[in-house]
Amino acid sequence: MSPYEHPLFVMPFMAGALFLGIYLPLIFARWLKNTSYNHLKIILVNLFSARTWSAIREVVSESLLHRRIFRFNKKLGYMHMSLAFGWFLLIVVGKFQTMLFTHDGLNQFYLPIFLKYFYPDGIPHTFEGIFFLTLMDLLLLFVLSGVALAWIKRLRSRFLGMKRTTKHILPDRLALAFLWLIFPFRWLAESVTAGIYDSGGFFTLYSGKALASILPLDLLFMPSWWAYSVALGGFFVLLPFSRYMHIFSEVGLIFLKHWGLKTGDRDNGYADFEINSCSRCGICTNVCQLSADAGIHHSQAVYFLKDMRYGTPDRATLENCFLCGRCSRECPVDIGIDYLRLKQRKQEVNAAAPPVPFRSNGSPASKCPDVLYFAGCMSHLTPSVIQAVRNVLSVAGVKFSMLDENGGICCGRPALQAGFADQAKAVIAHTREMIIRSGAKRVLVSCPICFKVLNEDYHLPVPVMHHSVYFNSLMVEHPGLFRRNSLRMSYHDPCDLGRGSGIYNQPREIISRIGHLVSSRHEREESLCCGGSLANLAISPAQRHIVTEAAYEHLTSKSPDYLITSCPLCKKTFSAGKREIAVLDISEVVELSMVQENTSGKVENPVRSVSRKDAKAPSLTIP
Amino acid sequence: MKTTADKWGFRPEQSGTIDLENGNYELWWRLVGKVPGIQACMFCGSCASTCTAQAEGMNFRKVQLMLRRGMNQSLRQLTAHCMLCGKCTLVCPRDVDTRSAIYNLKLLLHESL
Repeated sequence: MSPYEHPLFVMPFMAGALFLGIYLPLIFARWLKNTSYNHLKIILVNLFSARTWSAIREVVSESLLHRRIFRFNKKLGYMHMSLAFGWFLLIVVGKFQTMLFTHDGLNQFYLPIFLKYFYPDGIPHTFEGIFFLTLMDLLLLFVLSGVALAWIKRLRSRFLGMKRTTKHILPDRLALAFLWLIFPFRWLAESVTAGIYDSGGFFTLYSGKALASILPLDLLFMPSWWAYSVALGGFFVLLPFSRYMHIFSEVGLIFLKHWGLKTGDRDNGYADFEINSCSRCGICTNVCQLSADAGIHHSQAVYFLKDMRYGTPDRATLENCFLCGRCSRECPVDIGIDYLRLKQRKQEVNAAAPPVPFRSNGSPASKCPDVLYFAGCMSHLTPSVIQAVRNVLSVAGVKFSMLDENGGICCGRPALQAGFADQAKAVIAHTREMIIRSGAKRVLVSCPICFKVLNEDYHLPVPVMHHSVYFNSLMVEHPGLFRRNSLRMSYHDPCDLGRGSGIYNQPREIISRIGHLVSSRHEREESLCCGGSLANLAISPAQRHIVTEAAYEHLTSKSPDYLITSCPLCKKTFSAGKREIAVLDISEVVELSMVQENTSGKVENPVRSVSRKDAKAPSLTIP
Repeated sequence: MKTTADKWGFRPEQSGTIDLENGNYELWWRLVGKVPGIQACMFCGSCASTCTAQAEGMNFRKVQLMLRRGMNQSLRQLTAHCMLCGKCTLVCPRDVDTRSAIYNLKLLLHESL
């Protein structure tokens, strides 16, 4: 058979490939259409730089090898790798194998795909012939093993480390059906051909012989090649409308990322690439505590991104999220999920909260000596934290004054997280003004929520420090002030301090210096949310409670003496209800080590020994 | 027009007058649809006493009263000061999601503009 006859059965494949070849450039151009001149300049500057190489490296390691999924689960990583990398190799090696027969690279487009049909005998007696036959059969086995795992995942997802899989929509299901059929049909077609012509590699030859013993292969020959071609063509046509669009948009996303575009900028099309790069792998639903504990299965990142892609997410999906950042961290495509959600919230609700002028205009009467302590709303609900911070500062001889002695000052982040950006802006401007007017050389905050927004949106001329970081440096400066004890403490990373601000070590150093740090399975980047997050506006108090209980159980599973955290909100949330293991803030632990001599080990009421009068700081009066 | 009540030392403020004839529960029921928990409120005032926007006049108890009286314009002014810090929710003894209630109320008020 000559390859130049254009047999009819290649038409479904050719039609699908042609459609894809036209559609993809068009849609990419549409996304990039809005790119501003500045963004284009950024891309052009970086186009011929080392960044392009690092982008290519990431395309290989993520789009083909899927290394980040391996980090989540090895079997799941293998499944994704075998399908992506295996298929890629089948195409590339197939092309080289074709060149054995045609002796040039410019052969028919479909020739490498259906090579066995055109050259059923192969050239089995040369080294190259045997090499390629064996290699291609190995690759087919590799991909088929991935397909088998995908089938198993549908039936028993736990085998691949997934507690649950994504609920797919119709285009996804159809595309999935075609994808699952492509390689079994290829195997069938090649086996039938091998069985008839008594050729093929180690795998297809023997499967062909086995088939020949039970089936009339001559009748199956054309239908099997047709089936393979139809499966390919159908998949290609459905691809742009299903989750498999990620195969191509992810590559674009990686390049744009390396060329310097930032997440969430809808005007440069980056967000379109992000939204379309979600493969709906479902890893986000597996790390989401709402799904695992509270039985909320509609608002996870995968569903939010799906709604963004096909329209506008409804408010129930948008609002029911802690913005804890666990999904963003695990996302194998590195989509800025939280940023996109926040942006969308802003778009939906910002108009409902116009900025209002403040009645009280902050103007501190006294100048701040050195450190300005901003406790934050949440610390006012846990006065022991404020007292502990004041105690430690006084004993260490730090001159400080307090910004919000009487409360009444908000950092603006809660409104920002709800989507009320304009109101938050006004609050931020108001509070910033007060901080600057105080003339402080350093701002000390107790609440990670304040800490994050002060760092990111205030643009203060002075450094902002969380008390865990500041106390850690105080302990290094004044080692004589602190005593070691034998307490075993488990540490909970608050979302906004850990994943949000990257502070993991300082609180742990404090604990290790004072007592013994008990590790837990979910710590540092993988830390759980306490369930108190202000970002969730739709969860019911009962569901919140379930999340809190699960996280508390987990953190206290090794029965430490205390559960330590660095966030007043986490402390407040964890402390609700009857607790056998008390929850302390890191400042209370520092205070505890300063004043107590521990012979018995466990201290019943740790924060009650230094005279409070001594610790009273002069406060700023804000009329 | 002067009434007999004006001669007394304790003149009822308009916002303190309960006029059942003019009660307007429409917005209240719409909010209940969004945050059913607010029906559990017993007006203890914990939320109002812990409020960060207290100095600005914010008071969740007042919000509840105004809601039941259909005083939408006053509500708009009052809730505008809420910065959604969430302290009220954390102190509520009846597990009312006050923060979510104000958030949804702001949106409902905006929709009804």
